[in-house]
Amino acid sequence: MALKKVKGSLERVFDKNLHDLVRGIRNHKDDEAKFIAQCIDEIKQELRQDNIAVKANAVAKLTYLQMLGYDISWAAFNVIEVMSSNKFTFKRIGYLAASQSFHEETEVLMLTTNMIRKDLSSQNQYDAAIALNGLSCFMTPDLARDLANDVMTLMTSTRPYIRKRAVLIMYKIFLKFPEALRPAFPRLKEKLEDPDPGVQSAAVNVICELARKNPKNYLSLAPVFFKLMTSSTNNWVLIKIIKLFGALTPLEPRLGKKLIEPLTNLIHSTSAMSLLYECINTVIAVLISLSSGMPNHNASIQLCVQKLRILIEDSDQNLKYLGLLAMSKILKTHPKSVQAHKDLILQCLDDKDESIRLRALDLLYGMVSKKNLMEIVRKLMVHMDKAEGSMYRDELLSKIVQICSQNNYQYITNFEWYVSVLVELTRVEGTRHGSVIASQMLDVAIRVKAIRAFAVEQMAQLLENSHTVASSAQRNGICEVLYAAAWIAGEFSEHLRDPRGTLDDMLRQKVTSLPGHIQAVFVQNIMKLYAAILVKYEEDEDNDGIREVSDLLVEKLPMFVQSGDLEVQERACCILQLMKYVKKLQDKDVSCADEVAALFAGELNPVAPKAQRKVAVPEGLDLDKWINDPPSDSSDDEGPANSLFIPDDSRMMNESMTRPVVEELSDDELERRREARRAETQNNPHYLKLGASAKGSKYQEVVNVEDIPVANIDLSVPLYVPVTENSPQSTKRLSDKYLEAERQARKRDKKRRHGKKSKRRHKSESEEDVPVVHKVDIMGGEMPEGATESGDEGNLELDDNDPHKLLDIDLDRPLDADEKLPVRTHRIVSPSAEDRPVEEKKKHHRKDKEKEKKRKEKEKKKSKKEKKRNKSGDDSAHPSLLIATELMSPGHEAIPSPGEEEEVAPPSAPVKKDTTPKKEEPKDDLDFWLSGQDAPVAVEVTAPEPGAAADVDSDAEDTSRHKKKKEKKAKKEKKEKKEKKEKKKKSKVANDEDVDSGRRDGFEELNSDGPPLPPMSSYRLLAEDSNIKMTYETRVQSQQGQQLIVSVIFTSLAEQHLKSLEFNVMDSLNTKMDRLPGATTHDGVPVPFQLPPNSFNEGQFAFQVQSINVAQKLRGTLTYTIKTEESSTSEKLDFKLYLPCTAFLIATPCSSDAFARLLQGGELSSKYSIKLSSGGAPFSHVLAKVCFYGHFAIVEQIDQSASLYSCSTQGHHICLLVKANGGGDVSIDGKCADGSLLSNVMEEIKVTAS
Amino acid sequence: MIKAIVVFNNHGKPRLIKFFQHYNEDMQQQIVRETFHLVSKRDENVCNFLEGGSLIGGSDYKIIYRHYATLYFVFCVDSSESELGILDLIQVFVETLDKAFENVCELDLIFHVDKVHYILQELVMGGMVLETNMTEIVTRIEEQSKLEKSEAGLAGAPARVVSAAKNLDLPKLPSNIQLPNLPSFR
Repeated sequence: MALKKVKGSLERVFDKNLHDLVRGIRNHKDDEAKFIAQCIDEIKQELRQDNIAVKANAVAKLTYLQMLGYDISWAAFNVIEVMSSNKFTFKRIGYLAASQSFHEETEVLMLTTNMIRKDLSSQNQYDAAIALNGLSCFMTPDLARDLANDVMTLMTSTRPYIRKRAVLIMYKIFLKFPEALRPAFPRLKEKLEDPDPGVQSAAVNVICELARKNPKNYLSLAPVFFKLMTSSTNNWVLIKIIKLFGALTPLEPRLGKKLIEPLTNLIHSTSAMSLLYECINTVIAVLISLSSGMPNHNASIQLCVQKLRILIEDSDQNLKYLGLLAMSKILKTHPKSVQAHKDLILQCLDDKDESIRLRALDLLYGMVSKKNLMEIVRKLMVHMDKAEGSMYRDELLSKIVQICSQNNYQYITNFEWYVSVLVELTRVEGTRHGSVIASQMLDVAIRVKAIRAFAVEQMAQLLENSHTVASSAQRNGICEVLYAAAWIAGEFSEHLRDPRGTLDDMLRQKVTSLPGHIQAVFVQNIMKLYAAILVKYEEDEDNDGIREVSDLLVEKLPMFVQSGDLEVQERACCILQLMKYVKKLQDKDVSCADEVAALFAGELNPVAPKAQRKVAVPEGLDLDKWINDPPSDSSDDEGPANSLFIPDDSRMMNESMTRPVVEELSDDELERRREARRAETQNNPHYLKLGASAKGSKYQEVVNVEDIPVANIDLSVPLYVPVTENSPQSTKRLSDKYLEAERQARKRDKKRRHGKKSKRRHKSESEEDVPVVHKVDIMGGEMPEGATESGDEGNLELDDNDPHKLLDIDLDRPLDADEKLPVRTHRIVSPSAEDRPVEEKKKHHRKDKEKEKKRKEKEKKKSKKEKKRNKSGDDSAHPSLLIATELMSPGHEAIPSPGEEEEVAPPSAPVKKDTTPKKEEPKDDLDFWLSGQDAPVAVEVTAPEPGAAADVDSDAEDTSRHKKKKEKKAKKEKKEKKEKKEKKKKSKVANDEDVDSGRRDGFEELNSDGPPLPPMSSYRLLAEDSNIKMTYETRVQSQQGQQLIVSVIFTSLAEQHLKSLEFNVMDSLNTKMDRLPGATTHDGVPVPFQLPPNSFNEGQFAFQVQSINVAQKLRGTLTYTIKTEESSTSEKLDFKLYLPCTAFLIATPCSSDAFARLLQGGELSSKYSIKLSSGGAPFSHVLAKVCFYGHFAIVEQIDQSASLYSCSTQGHHICLLVKANGGGDVSIDGKCADGSLLSNVMEEIKVTAS
Repeated sequence: MIKAIVVFNNHGKPRLIKFFQHYNEDMQQQIVRETFHLVSKRDENVCNFLEGGSLIGGSDYKIIYRHYATLYFVFCVDSSESELGILDLIQVFVETLDKAFENVCELDLIFHVDKVHYILQELVMGGMVLETNMTEIVTRIEEQSKLEKSEAGLAGAPARVVSAAKNLDLPKLPSNIQLPNLPSFR
């Protein structure tokens, strides 16, 4: 055996290992690709071998090649083979390869579910860790759904090493399977207070990630985090929490007030720069969220700014960068405080580090004033000349525009200067901000009337030099300015010094290489220019000139007619026709200049972006009313409508070609058109369809807009645009006034500067003397561009594609009964669904039922092993024969497995929360916590804690104490808790002071049991030998009076595979096991799975029981085969299956009234009493044990006595009164209709509970 | 969240690539190239933050890197991570490598990229910081190597001998990565 291994590895020696591969690649620098191709061939051969070591070696090499950029997805299956190795070494190699190359679309991943589950539950914590690590890299929705419950279990692992990984990976699970969030959240919350700092940090990490995208759902956690913040010393955790608070404060300003003090303390005390920085950041966020009115507001701001100054002045560039970053956040709300440090920031503009310059740029717009604007801009222009890389240059450009145009050009005192800056900016190479410059030019030229003459001159120059702009390599960006130039030159052509020259410039051949929308503007403005020239010539009576220019146009315009762009073509055609007509008139010596000019008469005023919205709705117009009644039924007349439509439509088209569509379309026609268009687009594969959600509303709107008939607007009624008080218009007027006053004072200074600039730039000396009134003009109803829009950012809306959108889940709402993690269910082969035990049904996730089925179908195909199992399952058509299924996770039920020593909670128990009061509770807590700002901080902080801790504690207790089966009982207890809470609430209303004490009382009450309950498990040992161990639990359900299910967990202790397990029990007269059809009582029931080493699995066996009032002891045998590589031996294990009477009891809740009625009814004739000694355990423990092992529900508990109730599967009522007598004795009196059942049950209780 | 961790040398050769968001291999190489281009042209004494490149990033992402001797350690993170914290994490990573390889140099990363991955797995999981305590990390790494050795046992011996023999002719190792201390964090 060993020899064989050695031999195998000797062969392996001659394979290339990873080292050799790396060395080889380094030695083949010249023909690397060839060498690697050769290596890949070798790897392919190695992968074909059976030896797992060889495969692992090959996969390790592939992982290296993947780093070099080689696709290794073809080897995905081999990777999985290596992952499934039993050896840690190979497994790790496999998982590494998988984590590097697998992703959500990797199809083989669906084969891995069971393997990963096995690894997760491995006894070797490193196996589990690498599985978790791998899983974090290739989580898929399927894996997330199937493994969520297993990971949940790992969150309670005894090893922090596993626990912290399990906690972290929950985030990935939530992303892929949002349904898991609510069931898993309580446990995640618990982990915030985990004793291990690593686990705590992981939990904080996950919640912070979740809260970052959906902060409002996590507000209720603020007190917990607050406590953590004040108690934790781990900087990583602190940073995360402080960042989280930064996200929460905008939603809850009161939280901010609470935070300021501890944060300020931290700022003063911490030596860690990272922490200091995050504190400052969050304080800033708090200050932003607070609407003012805080007395020490300014102090905090000053503190922040001062600290930031220290950071910025630091020699460490990183701190400088971060300081500037934080400064820009303050700037938004408190510009004054930042402006005090202008010197520092301007200094940073000269920093050699681009990142820092960029950050300083962000701050600049807060730094400028009328005085220094020109200087700063010049500085930036110099930077722009020096800058390498278009990114920084673009950034500079947009910053220049931003600081100049901000606040409606507040700081610009000289618009000539600004226009020349803009023109200069057009010479920046390769910018993509051409349209920004263009819109600035348009904006300035339109709104500043005084600057038009100057602007038009500049634009004429631009047009003259357009060939440089149009021909430059990156013309796509900068040629946008020609759009503005052409429009300005055309629209304000009266200011042109040489209109004829400009017209020539615009008619150059080069123009046709410009983008369509620019050409279109050219065509339009050529006409405007022509009109202007014509008027002028006619005044001068220059007939030759007229003829010449008309000929020029007729000659040149056809080049636009040939344009590929529809818009250009249409406009050119139109204008060409017009020209020909004009020419005809001119030939007849008719002067038509005025008529041509009339085409473009009137001034175009800018319209504010919000103007449309501000148009008042005329009286008597109801926008929601149907103008025409909606069509009754569209489907019926679709046929005729369609056939009618086609000729109809073509007629329309013809008409619209010849004259503008001003006609009124009848509503029928409109509807038909819409209908037809919809049908057409839906069937047309070339049409991009909108998303399903958009289809309903948006799309229709689009269609409607297009089809709305254009009606004449009565212009005699001026459009009235109401302007609100705080609209920017009023501020602008103010600023204008300010500007006016300022101008007077600084006229001389300004003129001098302006003169310098213009001399340098365009050498027009005459303009120097012209005193220009640069006034930002306000047209009626017009609103300044972008002045308000930038202010409101609105809420952070998550993109539809963002997985976090799905995680916007209310976490405070109590869980519904069916909100559980999907658990791998036991497959029950039975003809009717009713045969399923209730609890198994419960496990099904409501929504997942369908999916689950499909998944099962899928899994059937997955592996041969499973196929075999399925076959055996399908073959057995016996009713209610229960067959266990797939590998199970530990802790699926509380299984005392060797791997998981600790008590593992059933998945649903921690998830179950109380109903209504719980819902209110966190909110109340938060409100209470937030509102008590006047009380000393210490009290506030501690106040909620006991309550919270109690909740957690009791939850944990519930978790460990009760099995899923006992949920009803748990509910009962929770009901009591609820009552307590309600009491608490009342007292809160009465007196706030009392709340604290009430809470503490509640806490003590809940914890009054003293030491925690010993772990209780309903699983008992059935039998054990050196190879296998069996533990079992009994399950019943109320409708199945005669049926009992024994669920057996087979745990392999052997090193080898165990197979052909057969479970047999000798039937008694009273109890019979369900067997395969046709089997005799001597045949065992085959266990439908094999047991790999160190695994366990659960099988269920059904029994038919006649009478339940005596306990049963059944002899049985398990036979199994141990398979080694050479041989197989069969083994036998005898056991005795004990079925107590209590197994047939179901803890049923019962009201105290019903209980009293039962007792008085006289039906329960038999009585029985026992006494047990509690052995020093508190009464509550004894009670819990009786309830747990005896399957009883508490009806009422008064001090040291309690009444219990249970009902058997066959309808026997059993009532117990449990009383604690002094001296640690407990007496139990019982009443039941069936005497023997009662006595047996109580004797059993005596054994189990004492 | 950390989006990617890339280690490359002064010539842009990747030494470790770990993406926590899926990109195909070509894209990964492109990102490495672009990042190298961005990072390599920066001076030594400028800040360690960089607004992300066009391939990896978006406004929420930052590149945070450190340069040690011949290697660049580059992390791409979103705004939920503390910049200085990540710088410290890089330091922890490199110091851990230094302990695990005993004076780590580029050749260690070249020949033991798998081991580097295993170390990284102890620090970061699925893009989230897992552990920053160096002693804890080193203990775990050692325990796992022990486990590996015990598994190799007798069968692994010949392979080890051969690989030792193969390693005899390794070129002289270049100078170690110097580890400057980071005062800001701890």
